[in-house]
Amino acid sequence: MSIAPLAASLEITPSYYLVLAAALFSIGAVGVLVRRNVLVMFMSVELMLNAVNLTFVAFAKALNDTAGQVLVFFTLVVAAAEVAVGLAIIVAIFRRRRGATADDLTVLKG
Amino acid sequence: MNAHDLLQTVGIVPLLPLLGAVLLLFFGRRIGEPIAGWIATGLMGLAFLWGLVMLGAALSLPPEARSVSSVVFTWLPADVLKVDMAFLADPLSITWILLVTGVGMLIHLYAIGYMHGDPGFGRFFAYFNLFAASMLVLVLGNNYLVTFLGWEGVGLCSYLLISFWNQRESAAVGGKKAFIYNRVGDFGFMLAMFLLIAEFGTLDYGITGAAAGSASSGVVTAVALLLFLAVTGKSAQIPLFPWLTDAMEGPTPVSALIHAATMVTAGIFLVARAHPFFEASPDAATVVAWIGAITALLAGTIACFQPDIKRALAYSTISQLGYMVLALGIGAYTAAIFLVLMHAFFKGCLFLGAGSVIHGNDENQDMRVMGRFRAFLPVTAMGMVIAWLAITGVPPFAGFWSKDLVIESTFEAGDYGLWVIATLAAVMTGIYMTRLIFLTFYGNARFNDLPQPDAIPAVSGGSDDDAQGAGVAVADADVPPYTEAELGYDPDYSPTVQYPESPRAPRLHGHDPHESPTVMLVPIVVLAFLSAIGGLLNLPIHGLEFLGEWLEPVFEGVQQPAPSSFEEGLALTGVAFFFAAIGITIAYLIYHRGLRAPDRDPLKDKLGHGANLAGNAYYYDAGVSAFVDKPGRAGARFLDETVDTKVIDGSVNGVAGLVRRAGDGLRALQDGHVRRYAIGIVLGTTALLMYLLAYVGR
Repeated sequence: MSIAPLAASLEITPSYYLVLAAALFSIGAVGVLVRRNVLVMFMSVELMLNAVNLTFVAFAKALNDTAGQVLVFFTLVVAAAEVAVGLAIIVAIFRRRRGATADDLTVLKG
Repeated sequence: MNAHDLLQTVGIVPLLPLLGAVLLLFFGRRIGEPIAGWIATGLMGLAFLWGLVMLGAALSLPPEARSVSSVVFTWLPADVLKVDMAFLADPLSITWILLVTGVGMLIHLYAIGYMHGDPGFGRFFAYFNLFAASMLVLVLGNNYLVTFLGWEGVGLCSYLLISFWNQRESAAVGGKKAFIYNRVGDFGFMLAMFLLIAEFGTLDYGITGAAAGSASSGVVTAVALLLFLAVTGKSAQIPLFPWLTDAMEGPTPVSALIHAATMVTAGIFLVARAHPFFEASPDAATVVAWIGAITALLAGTIACFQPDIKRALAYSTISQLGYMVLALGIGAYTAAIFLVLMHAFFKGCLFLGAGSVIHGNDENQDMRVMGRFRAFLPVTAMGMVIAWLAITGVPPFAGFWSKDLVIESTFEAGDYGLWVIATLAAVMTGIYMTRLIFLTFYGNARFNDLPQPDAIPAVSGGSDDDAQGAGVAVADADVPPYTEAELGYDPDYSPTVQYPESPRAPRLHGHDPHESPTVMLVPIVVLAFLSAIGGLLNLPIHGLEFLGEWLEPVFEGVQQPAPSSFEEGLALTGVAFFFAAIGITIAYLIYHRGLRAPDRDPLKDKLGHGANLAGNAYYYDAGVSAFVDKPGRAGARFLDETVDTKVIDGSVNGVAGLVRRAGDGLRALQDGHVRRYAIGIVLGTTALLMYLLAYVGR
């Protein structure tokens, strides 16, 4: 029994990536919903973002279209900026109120 | 440059007085007296010369080619409705150009003398030139909207000039009255234009005129009657006539130019311009004819009892305009326009003469305290006597040819009821004009009959006390107490004398009335001359009907009623003159010795209640005032307090309240919990995805 059939049966198709991305996205979404610490929520958001990046790359490879890869770079750049702003906001919140529980931050209620 | 191209420069005519108006509006005060007046008069003269050039150019063309339009720019490029700022030079508009600029120039000249010493001298001539420019735009318009622009312009100038002496209560009120009455008429003009746009998609005179014959009779009648509503406003016909007598509060040159010679004939012009609609609708034409005839008669009876020289002339103007409208109604357009021209001459002359009398008589307008003025104002008297012979229809003066042509045409048109009314109105014309002339210039001199009351101060002395007293009284109303010296006139003295008022002493203070300066007499003499020979323009002899031939292309295909033979015309003329002579004789017998006492008017004493009825203008004005005051005010209050506050404000506030209550409910959703928002987003996105997968993704 050569190794080739085994390799064939283990071929990594795009759906693997998509399933992984969906799992990551769901973990991130649940994280945002169930955790109260804003820092953790923030990390969960990053997880969702990267799940989407993974999807982009997977499709780019599968469809042989580089547009998806290019888009990922844009996402990374925007995410970097977003992290800078987001972390700054979180630091500001910590300074003001010794703790960052999302449920306590309701000053913007209507 | 050929004649056709030359006619395209007709826009220069209104441009000249417009230039003067702008110049004098900005620099009138600095230019001052008398240069401002000469600038305005000179520009009118130039416009008149250019009008003559236009006349020459038109005459050099064959009659059917004498209609030239020139587009200055596209005014409203609104898709389906395209309106051009375009002028139309044709025999009709050129006739009116020459009338407005020619008579206008003379009255401008006269005003230089009449407005002497007025602090508002420059402003007066700015308005005067603006009026001329507006009137020229009105007659030159190639479509209804351009005419309407001029129509509103002359209305504005009329208002500004009636209330020119605006510290005088009666002048301010008179101006407002003229404006509001005209607004009612303008409403008709606007509705007519809307209807034209809806039916024909254009406002062009040529296109709508050509289409009028084939349009439905309901639309044509509606357009004609709505336009005629505008005409009754501008040309002071029943039911919108009372403003014209109150317009006499303005300076007399204004009364002569705007409220006798030109602006009030705008209505006649409009019907002549829109004649296809009146031709196509016999019903509308019948209304026009009857309104004109009744106005001519009633205004004539009212004029017989007016003590005020200017108000008598104002009612006379209404009556003469009635004749013109009557002529339009029976389709005798040439006769109507002939009367417009002749009326401009003799009524212009009469008004300028009246102005000269008032000017030389210290603002007194009450004929009951005049008499024998021919000794003091010989030139004015001569001019007014010629104009009197012209207006009453004595041969061979202008009115004999023009007014009798209207009466003859009425007979020929076949409606003898109208003819009887027109003839009776001619009797009235004879009575009121003869009365006016004999009370003013002949008979006994009565200006010293009444004691000079000491209460009326000269200029200084007692007037200071008066001014201070008045100052205290009006201080509450925040009106600065202007004095006579500042204004150039006494704001508390209204020269107008209404019918039942008893005569007032003139303010001559022992002086005699005096003749006016040359600058005022020249226009009177010129207009008197034109009143004498004006008939030459359209003699009822074949080959000498110059005006009729000139206007022929405008009224092509219109069957104008006219005497079928010279003998028939002569007979009708004889009858018309006979009745006019009856009127003249009646008034001569009553008034040739003047009045025994200023407060005894024999005609009034003889007629008693009838005199009161006619003298008070059949209480029409009082009735309108009472109606507006009681039910009108109540209606306005109902609209204000009930409809506006409850219905309109109520619905607006109701919608606002509904939105606020909805907002209050929805506010609960925005509770500030980030995680709750997040779950909303997640659930929403999931639902959307499931929908896409379930229904769209297939």
